[in-house]
Amino acid sequence: MTDLAASPAPAARGRSLTDDAIARLRANRAALISLGVLALLTLFAVLGPMLSPWPYDQVNKDHVWVPPLTDGHLLGTDALGRDLLARLAMGLRVSLAIGLVATLVSLVIGVAWGATAGYIGGAVDEGMMRIVDVLYALPFIFFVILLMVAFGSNILLIFVAIGAVEWLTMSRIVRGQTLSLKQKEFIEAARAAGLGRLAIVARHIIPNLLGPVAVYVTLTIPAVILAESFLSFLGLGVQPPMASLGTLISAGAQDMEMAWWLLVFPALAMAATLAAFNFIGDGLRDALDPKDR
Amino acid sequence: MLRFIARRLLVAGPTLLVVITLAFFMMRAAPGGPFDTERRLPPAVEQNLKARYGLDRPLHEQYLAYLGGVVRGDFGPSLKYPDKSVADILKQNAPVSLRLGLASILLAMAVGVSLGVLAALRRNGLLDVGAMGLAILGVCVPTFVTAPLLILLFGSTLQWLPNGGWNGGALPNMILPVVVLALPQAAIISRLTRAGMIEALGAGHVRTARARGLPEAAVVLRHALRPALTPLVSYLGPAAAGLLTGSLVVEKIFNLPGLGKFFVISALQRDYTVVMGMIVVYAGLVLLLNLLGDLMLAMVDPRVRLS
Repeated sequence: MTDLAASPAPAARGRSLTDDAIARLRANRAALISLGVLALLTLFAVLGPMLSPWPYDQVNKDHVWVPPLTDGHLLGTDALGRDLLARLAMGLRVSLAIGLVATLVSLVIGVAWGATAGYIGGAVDEGMMRIVDVLYALPFIFFVILLMVAFGSNILLIFVAIGAVEWLTMSRIVRGQTLSLKQKEFIEAARAAGLGRLAIVARHIIPNLLGPVAVYVTLTIPAVILAESFLSFLGLGVQPPMASLGTLISAGAQDMEMAWWLLVFPALAMAATLAAFNFIGDGLRDALDPKDR
Repeated sequence: MLRFIARRLLVAGPTLLVVITLAFFMMRAAPGGPFDTERRLPPAVEQNLKARYGLDRPLHEQYLAYLGGVVRGDFGPSLKYPDKSVADILKQNAPVSLRLGLASILLAMAVGVSLGVLAALRRNGLLDVGAMGLAILGVCVPTFVTAPLLILLFGSTLQWLPNGGWNGGALPNMILPVVVLALPQAAIISRLTRAGMIEALGAGHVRTARARGLPEAAVVLRHALRPALTPLVSYLGPAAAGLLTGSLVVEKIFNLPGLGKFFVISALQRDYTVVMGMIVVYAGLVLLLNLLGDLMLAMVDPRVRLS
């Protein structure tokens, strides 16, 4: 797009594919609302701890199970008298961070693996994808559990473990895309024009991979958040007094008969986060790949 | 067809080997052992225990011995329950998980397929909106949220159903866990069915059937449903994996004596043989269902086995 701006005064500005995609995304109300919701949630996760006068881990034995909107506790307090607003913001922050970082890990491994297999092709491709096939069939959640049990649960390990699981689908998508791109006429044209291998990959293959990868990334983040919560629920994820959405929901489920708010607010935050990412992902897919409609 | 099966089995074998190898060495890499107790055992006793279970031998020998055992169908004794073998424990717990999983997948299929078909027939109608709502719910509200909420509503507040427990698999005890497990699967199945059905209804052979004047019911049930359901067949494997994962949480919340509940406990107690046995059974089950799904797909769609 920069070369467009540099060219001398174009008579009529053309519509690029990107413009089209942005227009389609703008017309998608669910995706737009989700973007807004996600922005609010992120803001809450970043600024939230400042909204509450209490730190997220401050225990107060005199303020156990205070209902919402009492004594300055907007969302009430938990079984140890800790302010739920502060804990929810902290939990959301941890869950979002895990979602982003683990997805990044899977992105790096998946794109490198898939693009290599797809671009080299032949026996290398065959071998690399058989490895993916075998790993795909593993009951991964059990291995993640084993990993947590074996090495104790620390956040870094959760990132690595979940990221290492999620890269498989990414590599399949990238490989498929690379394979089909390799056959396209415009790649052949680029090669005929004398472009080198590296230039073709950088200028033509990677930009065309971005769409499907972006879609899959937005769908992987909620999957990762869910996986982390799942581990936390089993007591294997984030350890107290640190909080994630999973630990909050788990604790809330135990106390729900005395204090409904401990389950309801974290569950709502979780549902809103997952829904927002999924709608944005769907919207991106529709915007970037109009053939699917 | 035989070649197709052989090729699939060729992937399944190495997969199982990788599963066993990874699980074995990860379990052994974990600090602590099965005989760690609150009070330390006298070294001589611990030595004897280790010798009894062959844990004093070099790791690679233990690994090969374990592999040999699995090939013969022998998962060894439990390290924590001296009078029980791993096979005993599996036999005791697997039926609970299997019944739960089977009931859930049947419920999910029944709800998902009918909802998906009806939603596709009346696009943007009330049922379509309902199916979309269920799909969103299934994606955004995880089992560990639905389970406590349903317990709170139907168990504690209305007191219609028990809060948990197995009670020999009595129907009232099964309802909530099965519904909780089935919900996310039903959501996915209804989406798959809806998409498949919409595509099938627009296909040439369905238009031909309509043009020949066939009644709508015959068009839908005989001509559109079959191609619409083909994608579902290949979803069998992932569905099974999803159910197994879900059962870990559901069995914990509802306090059901299934494999999932036992798995985490055994892993924490370093009961090596029990953990290994369960992973092998789980992995075998997922592989088997994947294979079954592939086979069924190859049967209904000749393009698959020919490619």
